[in-house]
Amino acid sequence: MSVPELTEDFLPSGTTAPLLSVKDLSVTFPTDDGDVRAVRNVSFDLNPGDVLGIVGESGSGKSVSSMAIMGLLPKNAVIEGSIRYRGEELNGRTYKQMQPFRSKHISMIFQDPMTSLNPVYTVGWQLAETYRAHHDVSKKAAWAKAVEALELVGIPQPDKRAAQYPHEFSGGMRQRVVIAMAIINDPSVIIADEPTTALDVTVQAQILDTMLRLQAETDAAIVMITHDLGVVAGMVNRVQVMYGGTVVESGPVDDVFERPRMPYTVGLLGSVPNPATLGKRLTPIKGAPPSLVNLPTGCSFSPRCPLVTDVCHEWEPLLEEAGAANHTTRCHRWEHLATIETPQKLFLHDEIGTVENPAAFAAANPDESLEVTAVHGSLLTDEEAK
Amino acid sequence: MTAPLLEVTDLVKEFPVRGKGIIPRNTGTVQAVSGVSFALQPGETLGLVGESGCGKSTTGRAILQLHKPTSGSVKFEGRELTTMSNKQLRPLRKDIQIVFQDPYASLNPKWQVNDIIAEPLVIHGVEGANNRGAAQRRVNELMELVGLNPEHRSRYAHEFSGGQRQRIGIARALALNPKFLVLDEPVSALDVSVQAGVVNLLEELQERLGLAYLFVAHDLSVVRHISDRVAVMYLGKIIEMGEREAIYGKPMHPYTQALLSAVPMPDPKAERKRQRIVLTGDVPSPVNPPSGCRFRTRCWKAQDICATEEPKLERRGGPEGTLSACHFAEERAVV
Repeated sequence: MSVPELTEDFLPSGTTAPLLSVKDLSVTFPTDDGDVRAVRNVSFDLNPGDVLGIVGESGSGKSVSSMAIMGLLPKNAVIEGSIRYRGEELNGRTYKQMQPFRSKHISMIFQDPMTSLNPVYTVGWQLAETYRAHHDVSKKAAWAKAVEALELVGIPQPDKRAAQYPHEFSGGMRQRVVIAMAIINDPSVIIADEPTTALDVTVQAQILDTMLRLQAETDAAIVMITHDLGVVAGMVNRVQVMYGGTVVESGPVDDVFERPRMPYTVGLLGSVPNPATLGKRLTPIKGAPPSLVNLPTGCSFSPRCPLVTDVCHEWEPLLEEAGAANHTTRCHRWEHLATIETPQKLFLHDEIGTVENPAAFAAANPDESLEVTAVHGSLLTDEEAK
Repeated sequence: MTAPLLEVTDLVKEFPVRGKGIIPRNTGTVQAVSGVSFALQPGETLGLVGESGCGKSTTGRAILQLHKPTSGSVKFEGRELTTMSNKQLRPLRKDIQIVFQDPYASLNPKWQVNDIIAEPLVIHGVEGANNRGAAQRRVNELMELVGLNPEHRSRYAHEFSGGQRQRIGIARALALNPKFLVLDEPVSALDVSVQAGVVNLLEELQERLGLAYLFVAHDLSVVRHISDRVAVMYLGKIIEMGEREAIYGKPMHPYTQALLSAVPMPDPKAERKRQRIVLTGDVPSPVNPPSGCRFRTRCWKAQDICATEEPKLERRGGPEGTLSACHFAEERAVV
């Protein structure tokens, strides 16, 4: 095989290229109904020790971009842009040419621990196989490594458990096995695609704890893909918000949560019940996410945005810096958004009956957005309306 | 206090476990619900929370008599449901309805939305249900009530998004003007931004129609938002119950504390400061639950008494406190 075995130091010393650099990644699936533009112009850099969160709702393209990085997409997917691992281009490699990278350098934790393990092999066998794929060792040594990995992820009696089959494990324990498999070859990048979505909260807490502990021990970089804003808040230091296949806001987690500069992020945060919303209505985003076959012209969020203006329908804004270092947004109106004190209220509307469209109303009166919501949200108390 | 709308006492539901072989024998019982008691007032929302397998959905279904309870009593407006035949239950079903979790599986894909929403009217022979104009008006009214466009009534379920489908399920449940709805994980299959819309809708409907809800869910943040009172279940039993503020603010039971501390909050600063109680191990099997207190195998406070004596669900720690089932119940703020 002509693909060279990569070593940790194949980059010339002195270069400071990031560990993983994704640039203008786009993924398109041609279908009979037209091209499905699942991912558009996604870029990010990942350095050792980074924990990057990618949040978005179903269909926002977050899983497809991670599958593109791993080279796991079906052949009909058209992948454009560049994915560089320590300077080495990964896009365009065949399935076989990707093999030396998978697990050894970049590994993945999948969402559903019920389906990501093979039911007919023991857990130890599956772990040992993963190890032997990249290391020329005896089966016995690989088994010992498997037991060690199980111990590392906190499975009690690892030597006994390694000889068991996946169905003998509970959901949380299976996810630990999947994590053990992801770290057994000591990769530099771990992509976790909704690793705790299928689990109960107390088990989720255990798994997130384990992931953070392992991250600190191995200094691997983690890409955490999730729809749970709480998980993002507790785990990552940088976050990217995805909508309609592209990144709409990106920045340090504190900045993005405290000073969101994109109406979609505002709406998303306002949709999650938290102690501050007790006794009040939540502020959901009206409408539904766009079809990826038929994206709206201009900003993909414009049909649901309360701050929408004419320019939003004309062209899609670029990702630009929004007031703070490393905090970027894809919004024509972020400067206006920044002046609004409680932007969550922009999304307030009645669920019952047909109320006039607040988005259109706000668009017609761009500078009175706050008053608009007060008139509109009949559910506000008088005091709040003031 | 007025008479409760719903009164559940010592509700037990067990499922037999069948062995393998040609002649299957019962080899044990899954104790899904083991002695659950609570009451619900008209217009009130009781949140029932717990992790998967704790019996919360079974409780909801046993109340509706969709699973015949093994023992215990369910009284709706003073009438005992458990001893009624299906025929006797039928008129009562007008008042008690359910909204299911999965909006993709709970709507018939071959039917138009119009027929789905009108089905309860036809089944119960509501006056005018067979009169096209009258039924149509009622369907339009219901669709408008749940925020759907009545012009879409001749569409099929697959033409709607997840959130819209859940609204169809809610419209169907409301068709007969019920007094009480069991909401079985009504928002957990939905994306957050859509979920919030359905939660708001449920709250607005409650205010407008004076409905009582049993809100079954595993998402503690949503339950906190919507409930007046909250009951926490673990392995078939209610281990703590009380006013929302008390449960979330001053939980007494170690399991409630661990559960609440495990919920991630969308606030990075608060998350970093938080002390998380991470429980070890998994939930034991409901076929063979631990003796005494069922939580003792994962509890950091467990002592000998916990294995021998089952703690009662009673008020501990002052009149403002919650009902809790723990020998060592102690207030602790976690959120």
